[in-house]
Amino acid sequence: MTTDGWPLWEVFVRSRRGLSHTHAGSLHAPDAEMALRNARDLYTRRMEGVSIWVVPSTAITASSPDEKDPFFEPSADKPYRHPTFYEIPDGVKHL
Amino acid sequence: MTTGTAETTATEGMTASQAALEAVFDAAVAADERIEPRDWMPDAYRAGLVRQIAQHAHSEIIGMQPEANWITRAPSLRRKAILMAKVQDEAGHGLYLYSAAETLGTSRDELLDKLHSGRQKYSSIFNYPTLTWADVGAIGWLVDGAAITNQVPLCRCSYGPYARAMVRVCKEESFHQRQGYEALLALSRGTEAQHAMAQDAVDRWWWPSLMMFGPPDDESTHSAQAMAWKIKRHSNDELRQRFVDIAAPQAESLGLTLPDPDLKWNEERGHYDFGPIDWDEFWNVLKGNGPCNEQRLSKRRKAHEDGAWVREAAAAYAGKHDGRHGNDNHGRDDAHGRHDEQHTHTHGEAGA
Repeated sequence: MTTDGWPLWEVFVRSRRGLSHTHAGSLHAPDAEMALRNARDLYTRRMEGVSIWVVPSTAITASSPDEKDPFFEPSADKPYRHPTFYEIPDGVKHL
Repeated sequence: MTTGTAETTATEGMTASQAALEAVFDAAVAADERIEPRDWMPDAYRAGLVRQIAQHAHSEIIGMQPEANWITRAPSLRRKAILMAKVQDEAGHGLYLYSAAETLGTSRDELLDKLHSGRQKYSSIFNYPTLTWADVGAIGWLVDGAAITNQVPLCRCSYGPYARAMVRVCKEESFHQRQGYEALLALSRGTEAQHAMAQDAVDRWWWPSLMMFGPPDDESTHSAQAMAWKIKRHSNDELRQRFVDIAAPQAESLGLTLPDPDLKWNEERGHYDFGPIDWDEFWNVLKGNGPCNEQRLSKRRKAHEDGAWVREAAAAYAGKHDGRHGNDNHGRDDAHGRHDEQHTHTHGEAGA
């Protein structure tokens, strides 16, 4: 019996109230309960978190690794979605 | 004839797309961008990283032994609690690093097998014994100090998961060094016998700590390529000099001397000069002939074997309570395989 039999879990930690859970890393554990306990010991030894999520790595669906993938293209050609696209005369305030 | 043409075309196609992939990789490295697990990377980059990260991970967990040796004999409850926290951190550092290595397509078991069978190395510093309590202080100050000097530039390493693991490690490492320095300072300012014990520990750990930076630049096999790929940012000798420059004044503040008659400030260079390192000793320890090589590995193997029943019980319990994430139903068909797109999720950093 080896840890190869243990699935991989992705760990997300909320560092404090008001912030979202952020990916902290991964670990092996036999089940969700142990994954949570291991995540606490591994990623929050110094009060780095007030809440932890563990997710089986196999449950994550990821986009293509290529950032220039056409998948992201719809947002690349729409600069008018950014405030800096618009020219406003000098001296106009609070805009 | 037809077959021949088809083959030629296929081969040329492969070469062209390989070159394109390599160009994208080279451009990312040149632009100081990070390489992430699912990106294409040269085989040698992947293999070099696995070798380096594995050795780093192994060093963290083997490094627990020399210090754990003193937990039961720590001189006070305060020191004992500190030492336990530090040794636990080292286990954590090992786990961050094993996870980073796994994103490259190797598995935890493969890495542990290679450690246990001696096919992958750990830092030779841990093959020296901790003879007195003062050694715990000297390790924190010098060994962790040298490790920090090595690891800070690794936070900007070109491989994302390794760099992120290093950020976490470096944050925690600073406590390790300070607790060691404080412990040594207490001894140095103590009785004559305590002072002598601190000095003896520093005498024994100084030179092996300088060896931690690896062989001199002109004898370091992997250095040039690792620097070209921005895995390493500074050469072994550069980092060694940086460490000496930091440690020499710290020794003065401790009231202890470093065991090197040639150590002195060189105004012209703006650095400390230091004496020659005994590289024969380094290579000898690396080859397995250090004072504790055999002991460290056999203890590691025994710990792994002794823990087998815990792993079995945990897996059996998980299997009983949740078939979905049980031992034999989670789709790890490529535990030892290459890390390609289809199988990313079994190796972590899936969404990275």
